[in-house]
Amino acid sequence: MTNSMSSSANCVIIGASHAGVNCAFSLRQAGWNGPIVLIDAQAQLPYHRPPLSKSYLLGNKKTDDKPLKAAESYAETNIDLRLGECVASIDRARKHIVLKSKEELPYDKLVIATGAEPILPPIPGLQGNAKVIPLRTAAHAHQILQELDRSGLPQVGIIGGGYIGLEVAAAIRQKEAKVTLFERENNLLGRVTSPYIADYFLQLHRSRGVNILLNHTVASITENGDKQIVECSDGSTYSFDLIVLGVGVYPAVGLAAQAGLNTSDGLEVNKYCQTSDPNIYGIGDCALCDHQRYGKKLRIESVQNAVDQAKVVACHLTGRDLAYDSIPWFWSDQYEVKLQMVGLQYGYNETLVRHEPQTEGPDKISVWYFEDEKLLAVDAINDGKAYVVGSRLLQAEHIVDKALLADISVPLHPKKLAITPSRTTL
Amino acid sequence: MAKITFITSDQETITIEASGGSIMELAVNNNIKGINGDCGGVCSCATCHVHLQPDQYKKLDPASELEQDMLEFEEATTPYSRLGCQIPISDQLDGFVFQIPQT
Repeated sequence: MTNSMSSSANCVIIGASHAGVNCAFSLRQAGWNGPIVLIDAQAQLPYHRPPLSKSYLLGNKKTDDKPLKAAESYAETNIDLRLGECVASIDRARKHIVLKSKEELPYDKLVIATGAEPILPPIPGLQGNAKVIPLRTAAHAHQILQELDRSGLPQVGIIGGGYIGLEVAAAIRQKEAKVTLFERENNLLGRVTSPYIADYFLQLHRSRGVNILLNHTVASITENGDKQIVECSDGSTYSFDLIVLGVGVYPAVGLAAQAGLNTSDGLEVNKYCQTSDPNIYGIGDCALCDHQRYGKKLRIESVQNAVDQAKVVACHLTGRDLAYDSIPWFWSDQYEVKLQMVGLQYGYNETLVRHEPQTEGPDKISVWYFEDEKLLAVDAINDGKAYVVGSRLLQAEHIVDKALLADISVPLHPKKLAITPSRTTL
Repeated sequence: MAKITFITSDQETITIEASGGSIMELAVNNNIKGINGDCGGVCSCATCHVHLQPDQYKKLDPASELEQDMLEFEEATTPYSRLGCQIPISDQLDGFVFQIPQT
């Protein structure tokens, strides 16, 4: 059992973003006494990623303002933070990792928190083009800001109508840039939300002057002097100073796969975030985890997922039984609109929209997703209460009174909306 | 400069001098147990819940509607609950005490 390991057992964590950093600190808090080594290829102090596509691009705050932990916290917590170090391989037989510098670091327990990498689609003229920038790291965000500042009144093309693309559009539109967004499908946010929410954001962005082109597939990019010429598959062409790429990410599981761990759409881990090698764990965006609440393997790209899986590993390594079963939550900020999401909507067959017009401020809107009587998820627009009440109802697995929910004269309250506590009856 | 005191759910008392940022950031940067600030300070996660003393609570600007909503059904709320990320640090906070609820 892990808790009987000698107190000098060491833990090496590869990847120092939300998952890795939280894992290191959670381990200490859980009573892990042995050495903790936290390694990342980036040289910068680990930082919050969500602001990169939001407030950072508005030029209000430097990423340096948003470190995950203060620099001195690592030493104070006795965490050996090694930045700017690349891991070349994992030697499972000898239980050590090899750095690019050839240095070997032994481990008793290894945590892989290598995250995800932006997908670079095979569009001619895209790869290696310095004016086509994805958005995943602070360096990317910094590059985008520099290009924006260089170009005066820049014309920006965005490829992909997911959250990253839309958040970037909102941020740089507020800086007066001219923005055109290309989405291959016939709606925004296709994989992740309902038509109602997709349409809300389509209208929002169009009302703010973003040129959103649905059903547009980018076929090629060619350089023409300082300009990037985008040609779509319908033959239409567009000229930009800068192109931001937001077509999704893939899990960074190269190291894990090379070490012979089971990988598919992510590093496969059980409910304790443990890989097929019991001494190696996988957490965060790279992990395909056996999710107890949903009864299937899920890979979830979010801060919540990273933080909660970090805690699961910290518990397991210190001998406590905590299986991963968190209800996912996410948020997105675009213009003055706040979208908060809780639960997973996959498999819904009914939506209920609750729209509360406001005399002051933006209307409160929430979309409630059901599979028959079972509440699956809530998306709340400028409606913190709907988000919180939805979270409570999901947590307790209550059956919701849909008629009351639809009646905006009835204030949202978990107890009022619950018909029965269903955890025992379902 | 303001001297700010945190009392953790284990009744540990930590006093820190600060001049900027938010109460959440101050707590996170000083490893105060029970304050996580997972969302980075955008009022989205409610992992920086603190209790104030009534007289000090009244000296702050009131909570926004979103903050009130986020707190309404939190566990262990009091009438003097706030989210630390929504409290900017200024000299006015000198002597303030923030109690971290049991989670």
